[in-house]
Amino acid sequence: MLTKDDVKKIADLAKLQLSEAEIEKFLPQLQQILDNAKMLEEVDTEGVEPIAQITGVENMVYGDSVETENLAPLLLAQSPQPIERNMIKVSNIL
Amino acid sequence: MIHLSIKQTQEGLRNKEFTATELTQAYLDRIEQTDHKLNAFVTVTPEIALEQAKKIDEKADFSGILTGIPMNLKDVVCTDGIKTTASSKMLENFVPPYNAHLYDRLLDAGVILLGKTNTDEFTMGSSSENSYFGTSRNPWNLDYVPGGSSGGPAASVAGDQSVFSIGTDTGGSIRQPASLCSIVGLKVTYGRIPRHGCIPYASSFDTSGPMTKTVEDAALVLQAMAGQSEKDATTVDVPVPDYSQYLKTDLTGVKLGLPKEYFTEGVDKEVSDAVMQGVEVLKKLGAEITEVSLPLTKYAIPTYYMLVKSEGSSNMSRYDGVKYGHASDQAKELEEIYLKSRSEGFGDEVKRTIMIGTYALSAGYYDAFYLKAAKVRALMKREFDEVFKSCDALITPTSPILPFKIGEKVDDPLSMYMADILTTPVNLAGICGMSVPAGFSSNGLPIGMQIIANQFEEGKLFHVGHAFETATTWGSKKPQF
Repeated sequence: MLTKDDVKKIADLAKLQLSEAEIEKFLPQLQQILDNAKMLEEVDTEGVEPIAQITGVENMVYGDSVETENLAPLLLAQSPQPIERNMIKVSNIL
Repeated sequence: MIHLSIKQTQEGLRNKEFTATELTQAYLDRIEQTDHKLNAFVTVTPEIALEQAKKIDEKADFSGILTGIPMNLKDVVCTDGIKTTASSKMLENFVPPYNAHLYDRLLDAGVILLGKTNTDEFTMGSSSENSYFGTSRNPWNLDYVPGGSSGGPAASVAGDQSVFSIGTDTGGSIRQPASLCSIVGLKVTYGRIPRHGCIPYASSFDTSGPMTKTVEDAALVLQAMAGQSEKDATTVDVPVPDYSQYLKTDLTGVKLGLPKEYFTEGVDKEVSDAVMQGVEVLKKLGAEITEVSLPLTKYAIPTYYMLVKSEGSSNMSRYDGVKYGHASDQAKELEEIYLKSRSEGFGDEVKRTIMIGTYALSAGYYDAFYLKAAKVRALMKREFDEVFKSCDALITPTSPILPFKIGEKVDDPLSMYMADILTTPVNLAGICGMSVPAGFSSNGLPIGMQIIANQFEEGKLFHVGHAFETATTWGSKKPQF
């Protein structure tokens, strides 16, 4: 059974800050979703390789050509934080 | 002129019955008059549309595959200089510095962009109710959802606000809203159209594709977008055929399978009855029908959401209040920037995705949830491979249920996930599927029929779909709203 503390711990790992009301709301919903997923235990997957690339593509190699397009200043301009010397300035870590 | 298909619009432009500018203005007027009812658009781009139209009129060359066709993009497809919000507070003011590669291909084909359409936040949902900008409404009955996540695209095409739209489909997000709004929605094979510049939900599932008024139109739009791209390493070096050659009306010799698990309990009787009537039509056109079995279908939903929520939680970690998107003004330290920006910027379903995914990927649960689901996915793929040895395509309902009322499922996420039970297996196997209009319920709500084919066999979908729509009139009915 999932507890409130579990929900808080998951939220913490996922860098989310949940209110008490959100925890109350999400707890039974997450419990129900995870309980439902337990039905996968019924499927025999002995010796089955997991799949993530569904069309079987492995390595794709492209020519080593120079792209002249420079998106860096445009991408930097997207930051909501201050920019200094072409870097994003962030607040104190501690 | 706003009720026309792509094919008919092109004839009108080529025969000088109307100009691209007149056509574009007619659509902009239609959006202006109707979008307070449908809420299909997040952003309308009249200046850009009229400028594109003017250039096309000046050139007066309508030979391109989509020249002069006014359309819209789901608001997760990046557009250079035009807001792209993913219908999230997180990206409310995000203006991308480049175009998605598929949009560049559409521009090369000559389209006119009317605007960006509504979706469940970051495409997570099946009703469009999870949008930060409010739910879109079903043109067939404004009290009902248009489906999701491509609810805005579906409503905009069904409501004649655009000739076509581009949606995205991770677990049914093109086909289910197409079904609920009585239009055509194509989910292509994974890797058939580049994902570059499409804001991701679950990267090993996401596809983009056309939402159109006819099957023929879907073939035209796919023709413009399909093919390997140097900007997406998951696109595949498989030749793109001329899709128009598949638009035939005779189904003699075509073998169609009916997977019995797609017609069982949980599927609304009005839905399965309509699809079975559709099967009778296909039989009369010459198709051979056989019953087949896909026993793992009942595991599709948990397999799907364990994997998709895991990939989704990982994709959502890029939103940190630092690089782009919403940043909390209540935060001082770095940790606070992350916590507060994310908590303020994301809505409920995105938070649920992040929580489930984080749980399923965490030490101690990874094997039981994520890895287990990735193995079941492999088995489901094998099951489809087996069935396609004896069938050209499969026929199923698209949505197990009729359109539901706005608000009906909003606090019951699992029941909302179940709305995708007949569409998620297609994404799990990376194959292709298309929803076509197949009837209406006793209270006038649309029913869609899903055609499923193996990887890179979109041509077979067009063959069966075109034959079906030519023999029926469901797709030509228009909603009054």
